[in-house]
Amino acid sequence: MKYYDKLIFEWSHEGRRGYSLPATPWSNTTDELPARLKRNTDTGLPEVSEPDVVRHYTNLSNMNFGVDTGFYPLGSCTMKYNPKINEEVAALPSFTSLHPLQPAETVQGALQLYYELNRALASLTGMAECTINPFAGAHGELTGLMVMRQYHMKRGDLKRTRIIVPDSAHGTNPASAAVCGLEVVEVKSTPQGTIDLNSLRPLLDDTIAGIMMTNPNTLGLFETEICEIASLVHECGGLLYYDGANMNPLLGVCRPGDMGFDIIHLNLHKTFSTPHGGGGPGAGAVGVAAHLTDYLPNPRVMRNEEGVFTVCDHEDAAGQISGFLGNFGVAMRAYAYIRSLGREYIRQVGPLAILGANYIKESLKDCYKLPIPGLCKHEFVFDGLINKETGVTTLDVAKRLLDYGYHSPTIYFPLLFHQSIMIEPTETESPETIDRFIEVMRLIADEATTEPELVKTAPHNTPIRRLDETTAAKHPVLRYAELSSEN
Amino acid sequence: MSEVKEGLYYSESHEWIKVEGDCGYVGITDHAQQALGNIVYVDMPEEDDEVTQNEEFGAVESVKAASDLISPVSGKVTEINEALEDQPELINQDAFGNWIIKVELSDKGELDALMDAAAYEAYCNENL
Repeated sequence: MKYYDKLIFEWSHEGRRGYSLPATPWSNTTDELPARLKRNTDTGLPEVSEPDVVRHYTNLSNMNFGVDTGFYPLGSCTMKYNPKINEEVAALPSFTSLHPLQPAETVQGALQLYYELNRALASLTGMAECTINPFAGAHGELTGLMVMRQYHMKRGDLKRTRIIVPDSAHGTNPASAAVCGLEVVEVKSTPQGTIDLNSLRPLLDDTIAGIMMTNPNTLGLFETEICEIASLVHECGGLLYYDGANMNPLLGVCRPGDMGFDIIHLNLHKTFSTPHGGGGPGAGAVGVAAHLTDYLPNPRVMRNEEGVFTVCDHEDAAGQISGFLGNFGVAMRAYAYIRSLGREYIRQVGPLAILGANYIKESLKDCYKLPIPGLCKHEFVFDGLINKETGVTTLDVAKRLLDYGYHSPTIYFPLLFHQSIMIEPTETESPETIDRFIEVMRLIADEATTEPELVKTAPHNTPIRRLDETTAAKHPVLRYAELSSEN
Repeated sequence: MSEVKEGLYYSESHEWIKVEGDCGYVGITDHAQQALGNIVYVDMPEEDDEVTQNEEFGAVESVKAASDLISPVSGKVTEINEALEDQPELINQDAFGNWIIKVELSDKGELDALMDAAAYEAYCNENL
């Protein structure tokens, strides 16, 4: 790989232009702006030619590692391959040339797509209705919790300000709850890794707004007592929130709505194969049970009796959380994915994802410590190497994987174990790819015993060796201006 | 592996307290700093803040994770270790030599709920 690490600013030459625009017949409108709105400093933008720009970004993109270049077993993230048909559909000019402020009667096709995606997601999750307006998973969580609060407030039940979150939850759960003004109460896991009902029961009282759960949970384990949990939470007057981060193994097989969940969010960029990582854009669709549909955020897309689609607001809505109807291009990709798999094949996603994860787990458990044995769902967690004598850590193993051309798995999460390494192959990988990965993981375990220094100083073959994470966290240099002033 | 120091009281959430008269110095244990890895930030309370036994009084952030600091005792914060603001890595270098807060204990009886060095060492080995 050709090493390239320039910033576009380093190519800048004063006065260089990619294009010269013709004079316009309009006046220079900035003359009419009030002085306080006018910039009086240099913009600091790079001045570069078109080939400079093209080469810069092409060279940068060649340094990238993505699911299109190699295996990406990043647990908790569902980095599945994104079929190219999704891109083809999302690029259709009849959609891309629409303006979000066009009257509804002129964008019936786009509204139909939104509506049908909404119906498909609702039927896959057992919910009454969805919104696809939130821009990301965490945004979806916040939206779902706003619906929960609105439900309690509309009933005049103002003391429900606390929410239960398991200790194994994704970090975004307590963060979203705090942003929504809810106080987080932690519930412990059993040694088997699922929610401890005995810890849950005493927490349930009339101040509980609900519980946030992921199922299967962060350890890749199915919460087998979910129906009991649902009835306990409902009896105390709370709602059940489903974090859809781990929806992949359940797709088309079982539904959160049938387990008793009232509100869910789905990461379209995980389960529904839209681009993920590097800033998305994502989409965090939210679904709710029938008694909560009025609280979904505005605007909503409805279909009337004549089959005409309208965009409308509801006065009881929990507010508006995005400008229009969300990241529409992402919705189009998710729609393409669901329609191209269809009812029959979407059911194979979960079983294949589960098979791949269990195969890797069983093939490696004699070299990596498996803290919770047994069947997992789409992902699982090792607690580092079994042989800890040479001092090789999970971080070292993850760095060594880079040398063999893999993206590292998720490490040091969940926090339940000290040396967590979390692997999720997804359904899209072939047995040969998975076998090769297993072989490399075994090789690294061997190296950790025979040549520990090799692993501790990895990576060796990457353009940049091990990064100084401490300095990066303590003294981040985020702007070119800071970099050039330091040199 | 990790060091345990005699003469201190220890909590299950891996804080230590060294009692001097009515006051105590609170920090995190060597075991905790090892588990956290390189510490990049310590979020501390302010002087005169009240802390409560078994409740959060701040947080430590490392390259791996952010962890709440749980107070081993109740009382008033009389001093914070300002050196940690710029050099949080001091905790990695010497976890027992770099306390985080000094607390004026409101109830010395609370110390009975904590472990001594031997009990804490056994507790760590049990939970490895």
